[in-house]
Amino acid sequence: MNAGVVTASYIVASILFILSLGGLSHQETARRGNLYGIVGMAIAIVATITSDQVSGIALIMVLMILGGIAGFFVAAKVEMTAMPQLVAMLHSFVGLAAVLIGFASYVDPSINLSGTEETIHEVEIYLGVLIGAVTFTGSVIAFGKLQAVIKSAPLLLPGRHWLNLAGAVVCVWMGAEFLDAESVGGGLVPLTIMTIIALAFGVHMVMAIGGADMPVVISMLNSYSGWAAAATGFMLSNDLLIVTGALVGSSGAILSYIMCRAMNRHFVSVILGGFGTESGAVATAAEAGEVTAASADETAEMLRDAKEVVIVPGYGMAVAHAQHAISEMTHKLRSAGVNVRFGIHPVAGRMPGHMNVLLAEAKIPYDVVLEMDEINDDFPNTDVALVVGANDIVNPSAQEDPNSPIAGMPVLEVWKAGTAVVLKRSMATGYAGVDNPLFYRENTRMLFGDARDSIESVVKHLG
Amino acid sequence: MKIGVPKEIHESESRVATTPDVAGQLIGMGFTVSIESGAGVRANFTDDAYREAGVEIVADTRELWSQSDIVIKVRPPETHPELGVDETELLREGATLISFVWPAQNPELMDRLQAKQATVLAMDSIPRISRAQKLDALSSMANIAGYRAVIEAANHFGRFFTGQITAAGKVPPAKVMIIGAGVAGLAAIGTAGSLGAIVRAFDTRPEVKEQVQSMDAEFLELDFKEEGGGEGGYAKEMSKEFIEAEMSLFANQAKEVDIIITTALIPGKPSPRLITADMVESMRDGSVIVDLAAEQGGNCELTEAGRVVQKHGVTIIGYTDLPSRLPNQSSQLYATNLRHLLMELTPEKDGNINVDMEDEVVRGATVIKDGEITWPPPPPKISMTPPTPKPAPPPEATVVKESKPSGWFTLALLAVGVLSILGIGSVAPPAFMSHFIVFVLAIFVGYQVIWSVTPALHTPLMSVTNAISGIIVIGALLQIGADSGIVIFLASVSVLIATVNVAGGFLVTQRMLKMFRK
Repeated sequence: MNAGVVTASYIVASILFILSLGGLSHQETARRGNLYGIVGMAIAIVATITSDQVSGIALIMVLMILGGIAGFFVAAKVEMTAMPQLVAMLHSFVGLAAVLIGFASYVDPSINLSGTEETIHEVEIYLGVLIGAVTFTGSVIAFGKLQAVIKSAPLLLPGRHWLNLAGAVVCVWMGAEFLDAESVGGGLVPLTIMTIIALAFGVHMVMAIGGADMPVVISMLNSYSGWAAAATGFMLSNDLLIVTGALVGSSGAILSYIMCRAMNRHFVSVILGGFGTESGAVATAAEAGEVTAASADETAEMLRDAKEVVIVPGYGMAVAHAQHAISEMTHKLRSAGVNVRFGIHPVAGRMPGHMNVLLAEAKIPYDVVLEMDEINDDFPNTDVALVVGANDIVNPSAQEDPNSPIAGMPVLEVWKAGTAVVLKRSMATGYAGVDNPLFYRENTRMLFGDARDSIESVVKHLG
Repeated sequence: MKIGVPKEIHESESRVATTPDVAGQLIGMGFTVSIESGAGVRANFTDDAYREAGVEIVADTRELWSQSDIVIKVRPPETHPELGVDETELLREGATLISFVWPAQNPELMDRLQAKQATVLAMDSIPRISRAQKLDALSSMANIAGYRAVIEAANHFGRFFTGQITAAGKVPPAKVMIIGAGVAGLAAIGTAGSLGAIVRAFDTRPEVKEQVQSMDAEFLELDFKEEGGGEGGYAKEMSKEFIEAEMSLFANQAKEVDIIITTALIPGKPSPRLITADMVESMRDGSVIVDLAAEQGGNCELTEAGRVVQKHGVTIIGYTDLPSRLPNQSSQLYATNLRHLLMELTPEKDGNINVDMEDEVVRGATVIKDGEITWPPPPPKISMTPPTPKPAPPPEATVVKESKPSGWFTLALLAVGVLSILGIGSVAPPAFMSHFIVFVLAIFVGYQVIWSVTPALHTPLMSVTNAISGIIVIGALLQIGADSGIVIFLASVSVLIATVNVAGGFLVTQRMLKMFRK
């Protein structure tokens, strides 16, 4: 296949990728979007393999079949609650690939450039490896935290900002050394040192970020993996890689921005980690008071008597795998004429859209699953708001207490409903370490216990 | 422990403190229950029905009182008409009495009970907090009184409540004004509304406006700012100016409406005079006034407690025993309230009560503990509705993203961006710049496309972008044919893991998207 056809294929693939992302804007077109992506990828790979630049097809076929089977196996097996882990793991692969390709490109004797072109090529390699390395270890740590292999509490080393700064300085210095290096062997040393620092930086960065900030981290790593691909594209002068990398990079960046806005926090402060530790103003003793417990029986009665019910799920629902029980309850209530809807906070769970996926898995129709902005005005007309394993995203002090660490964060106003029933394992505070005055409200009932057991027993009492 | 239920001796009192059903449940809690013969007859509960539930029937009043550890009643103790002794005398030394007591109005009764070393729980002193709602006999009785008030009014009113257009002519609907939208008032609103009347309601507490409107009644308002919410969700006395404004509203309404039902009560005080003789006179002939505050002096000047009178062509109903006029219903509800209180008292369900003064509800209800007067209790912690609205909206919590960069800042940023792109262009070779164009444009395309993605699909979006970023495999494919062994090795590993990414990412996205359905 000649170069013109290959380039034309790349153009087609780029368009298909853009259509693929565009297709995801609505549930109706989303599956078609994914199909576009698959077709685009197939075209790009076939065009590349059959182009004149590529040889060693036998090896490629073996590797791709192996990789394909592995990917297929992982994707078919994974549970929907483990989705964030899978996404993090896949990000790490992109990062690692970028690092390896960068090194390969540098040591490849067949590339002979000089002058500005050489400098630019080396800068591209350096940046590609840097971003790839940060993405790789960052994603691995994120995977560990989500899989609960690593503790999800933020690890705050003393002087961590200075450590990061020192790392950055060394990276810049090594970059200069790298560009000055006469031979490939001489350049490898600074490149390797930088890689090690970047790997360490990736670890350190994600270690300092706690569980509830994971949606930001995941989408940020998503963005990084795109930039790594784009940098690789520059390195290899391949426009398809550049386009795709830029698409993915900006997509991840926007997602991170949306997540940050949903928590009313600056991107920088999330990345620097340590929620609430810097301001020092932890949990001003708000309206401590008595909580009113409710039984599953009473909850079932309240739900049966209600006309409008809004269910607000949080990470606790994912942990307890309660989505199927909730689905059963929803079907029962809806067939009894109760209007049951769902209110989803943008950062509920550990990944953007996490709750939507779980509810979809449990066969809850997506048109009753609403966003925070769509449902917040309806709470005053809601009879029962059922909070399943969520805490900070329903905390009224975000609106009422300007000193609260989560002040200004948009929250679901469940306390405006006739009764708010909160399913919770214990009275422990949420991730932000902030006491939740919602629990002490007069119209709040606490249903203690594992979310799935509680819901199942409510379903039983619904009869 | 043994629970005794004497027959109510108050004239015209038809209620009884327990029903056969509830008695059975009390026995299930470990108590033994005995009842005075004939106690439930007026509420349609026969001795046989009680006997079937396992209750012992005692014919002798003195015996019943003396053998009981706990006596449950409806009315406060008073002089027994047949035996000629006060009921407190019949109570065993150190026994427990649960009934309505009204400690503020009955200081002598309190003294007598104290002398008996009794423990007394007053159903009228249950604190009005959410947890105690199921014990709140005042509310359940008020509900019945409100219902019955409308029924009594309808009985004495010569017309339909509902408007009708018939072959024999048009009938206008009755207009009903209800003063005081507490439990009784709301029950009256509901009953009158369901009979088809046009209902208006007035209350000094503005927070009940929503409740009134939720029952499809009109809420009458004054052009006057004063909050009427008192402690524990009850109304308080209002200022002189407010009362004047209120009175002129009532005077206007009196000329217009057919039926007035007044339910204005202030705890521990004589009820306010709201309907004057002049207003009664201004009402149309055949109109009806039901005064639910008759026992505390009446909201209407012309009310006579316990009687129905005709004044200026208006029927004024001053019954003080409205709940008792629905004896079966009120006995059922009262008995259930009592059972809930007894459940609070016997957490172990072993038939032994424990008057736990640490418990807010029990503390509130207990007016005498082992011969010691414990009334009034400390004020309840929470009001049903906040007595004052939150002092102004709280200071706006800082919203970080609100601080939009100023126009100058944006311009400066743009200038820096343009300059740095020009800077790159001045040194970079043309080949790089053509890639750079593609790069920048792709970022903008991505930016435009991603914003329209619905938040529900953020997870599939991430997994699909993840699969797409597996495009990095192409970079590795281009390198794999190199001559150097190390390059081939590195590229092979890259191909392998990037392919995992591509296959895994697309497949898992497909799996997820399949689940999204309407």
